[in-house]
Amino acid sequence: MTDLPGLPSRRSFLKASAAGAALSGFALSAKAQAPQPPVPLDQYEREYLNGVEWAFVLAAVSRLIPSEGDGPGAIEARVPVFIDRQLAGDYGAASDWYMEGPFQPDADPLRGWQTPLNPAQIYREAIPLVDQWCTDQHGAIFADLDDDVQDAVLTALQKNEAGLAPELKDFFTILLANTKEGYLSDPMYGGNHDMQAWVYVGFPGARANYKEWVDRFNVEYPLGPVSIKGERA
Amino acid sequence: MARQEKKRDVVIVGLGWTGAIIGKELADEGLDVLALERGHDQDTVPNFQYPDMIDELKYGIRLKMMQKPSQQTVTIRRTESETALPYRSLGSFLPGNGVGGAGTHWNGLNWRPQAEELRLRSYISERWGEGIIPEDMTIGDYPVSYDEMEPFFTRFEKVAGISGTAGNLNGQRREGGNPFEAWRSEEYPMPAMPTTYDGHKFAEAARAMGYHPFPAPGGIASTSYVNEYGMQMGPCNHCGFCERYGCYQYSKSSPQTTILDALRRMPNFEYRTESEVLRVEMAADGRTATGVTYFDEKAGEEVFQPADIVVLASYQLNNVHLMLLSGIGQPYNAVTGEGVTGKNYAYQMNGGVTMFFKDEHFNPFVGTGANGMCIDDFGINNIDFGAEGFIGGAYWRSGQTNGQPIRSMPLPSGTPAWGADWKAAVGEWYGHAMSIGTHGSCMSYATNHLDLDPTYTDRHGRPLMRMTFNWNPNDIRMTQFMKGKAEEVARTMNPDLMQSSFKSEGAQYDVRPYQTTHNTGGHIMSESPTTGAVNKFSQAWDKHNVFITGAGNFVQNIQYNPTGLVGGLAYHTAHAIRTQYLSNPRNLV
Ligand SMILES: Cc1cc2nc3c(=O)[nH]c(=O)nc-3n(C[C@H](O)[C@H](O)[C@H](O)COP(=O)(O)OP(=O)(O)OC[C@H]3O[C@@H](n4cnc5c(N)ncnc54)[C@H](O)[C@@H]3O)c2cc1C
Ligand code: SF4
Repeated sequence: MTDLPGLPSRRSFLKASAAGAALSGFALSAKAQAPQPPVPLDQYEREYLNGVEWAFVLAAVSRLIPSEGDGPGAIEARVPVFIDRQLAGDYGAASDWYMEGPFQPDADPLRGWQTPLNPAQIYREAIPLVDQWCTDQHGAIFADLDDDVQDAVLTALQKNEAGLAPELKDFFTILLANTKEGYLSDPMYGGNHDMQAWVYVGFPGARANYKEWVDRFNVEYPLGPVSIKGERA
Repeated sequence: MARQEKKRDVVIVGLGWTGAIIGKELADEGLDVLALERGHDQDTVPNFQYPDMIDELKYGIRLKMMQKPSQQTVTIRRTESETALPYRSLGSFLPGNGVGGAGTHWNGLNWRPQAEELRLRSYISERWGEGIIPEDMTIGDYPVSYDEMEPFFTRFEKVAGISGTAGNLNGQRREGGNPFEAWRSEEYPMPAMPTTYDGHKFAEAARAMGYHPFPAPGGIASTSYVNEYGMQMGPCNHCGFCERYGCYQYSKSSPQTTILDALRRMPNFEYRTESEVLRVEMAADGRTATGVTYFDEKAGEEVFQPADIVVLASYQLNNVHLMLLSGIGQPYNAVTGEGVTGKNYAYQMNGGVTMFFKDEHFNPFVGTGANGMCIDDFGINNIDFGAEGFIGGAYWRSGQTNGQPIRSMPLPSGTPAWGADWKAAVGEWYGHAMSIGTHGSCMSYATNHLDLDPTYTDRHGRPLMRMTFNWNPNDIRMTQFMKGKAEEVARTMNPDLMQSSFKSEGAQYDVRPYQTTHNTGGHIMSESPTTGAVNKFSQAWDKHNVFITGAGNFVQNIQYNPTGLVGGLAYHTAHAIRTQYLSNPRNLV
């Protein structure tokens, strides 16, 4: 299948919408009332990511936290929305960080963030290079590869074997961290849709009052999560 | 020309724990006191309100209560030969920012040092001979003794509202407390907090092995409480959002809950926020300070604030930085060993064992910053350093402080970091793990120190401070000893799986994972002006109207969390100013 230039890969859309169908079943069983369906991922108005980047992120997060098996995947949790919004905000811009030079991006990783780029710039510069690398190695951009090839590419990125310059070497680390953040943070940031990741692991969210639970030893806490905005799942 | 403000009796730099303590004590003395705080104003209402505070992403991960490196940071290198690189995004330690400082978002674990820790060099020499102290280990005795400090520890605990069980009341051992602690003159102001399942399991296992478990002492209210300043605390909800968060409940000990509202009501106290002190200004003779220059963020200009007494209460790192920039104490030179400012920087050496129990429920989101059960059987005063081949010790704790799932997701080792197996593992294991943490000492060394960086500058054009720090073999031997002992206890608990995380030989300092914000030394107390930057009253040896508070005073770090000693020393300093300095301003030693 061919993808239109500048638009997300159709393969990612398929993944996203199939997952969307899976989600409504899941949500209905967990809640008395079906939630307002969110804007489908392919109609979501992006704040930072461009089409190519969006396609990459959809495909990558759906391998980092796949849909199959128990619990929502990153797509059902709408992790791409979370990542897009984070990159558009002060995290993406590294506005709290010290970003003055000189820089030493090839420093020992133990010495922390040493690239001149902020997280948003790293996504922007790394994604086309990874897509190019995939095309050279596997004949297609990342989003169009089969699952197992995508996994191999992600593993190469994780081991810093995908030929990214030192300035971009944290790309996989932040992509994975942001994916987990979007999976498990409060839903008001766009991810953890319907708190399904919290339901899945058993975290009650913002309930915050457990006075009677301190010495109930080895008894599973019975209540599902609440969010900061007051939703319940 | 900098704007100049009206002169004050006292100017305090930083309004965290020690700034609030000194501010209240000196305002009670009737002095005209001004505190300058770099960060924003904040209070329980509206800033820490439920439910907005219960936000792991914003506070736990994006660290919105902490110092912003874009405003202030350090550079770090591990050895003299390495080029120091900026600590660009926070990881290893998380200095506070804003009114209340790190006291708003600490865990509340509140300890006194052991009597032996305050006279460590003498203690070792008497028992094993000086010869067992490695040559580059620059440990010493504090110029204050435990007995001298005892009333000030008691005072801090009463103001801060600490819950716990005394183990040694005036020399009498008390059931249920820490039998190895030094004497205390009074019970804790509140009874100990109840403990979650993990702490209970650990305590049973430890007791069965002949150890002596006791509840972790903490600045978490177990009952209703009113302190001497009339400040009220109410019992904690065990909400699990303690560390890195402000308490929405008036339950955690903080400057806000225990001092600041009383202080704000005093007509002779004023504080200005978004006022970052850039340097201390000196009189022409160089023997006293005339005040401080700060950057007024709102006006966008520098301001000179004259004062008769200057108190640096801006946290260990910032204090040392300001001293180096202002010429307070001669900078320490790691090659010659001369100089005092920046000397004896130390940190903390921690480790832990995690145990997984497939069929047991821990509800890890139930917790407080200072929850759990401890043992002190491997504390500094319980180890035969001569036989074991290291100097140091650790207290152990098992307790849940938070189950926030982004940060607190222990998985069995070998679990992939992503993919289907990761997802299956978080579903299977969240809520089925507990751990034993060992919180250990970190000695001072000639090589670990602080000075000014030759390359990197801050937004005001001032050099950043440079930290030279690496793990030392002595402390690694200590933590490896703890590993052996803690794994023994863990194994008796029959977990389905267990794994350890302790630094091993050759470990290099990694600035990325959070370790502790227990940065110590750099403006250490000393008997003489050639060995440290301040005397026993935290008074600068070379500028008698400058007092410098906080863990920078520690000659070497203690095995415990620092704030019990930090708070005690701040009361000791305030007492000296009130009773000795004001009537006759001079060098008190
Ligand atoms: C996440 C975390 C958990 C912790 N948990 C524990 C624990 O469980 N037990 C324990 O004992 N300790 C703990 N600590 C340490 C504890 O918070 C500190 O020991 C204590 O707050 C130190 O008090 P302080 O007055 O020296 O500094 P702070 O409380 O940090 O206050 C310093 C203030 O000075 C301000 N400041 C800095 N530079 C300037 C400047 N140039 N001009 C003006 N103002 C300035 C800062 O903004 C800050 O408000 C923890 C710390 C952190 C960060
Ligand atoms: S655990 Fe208790 S003390 Fe800590 S923030 Fe929650 S209510 Fe406050």
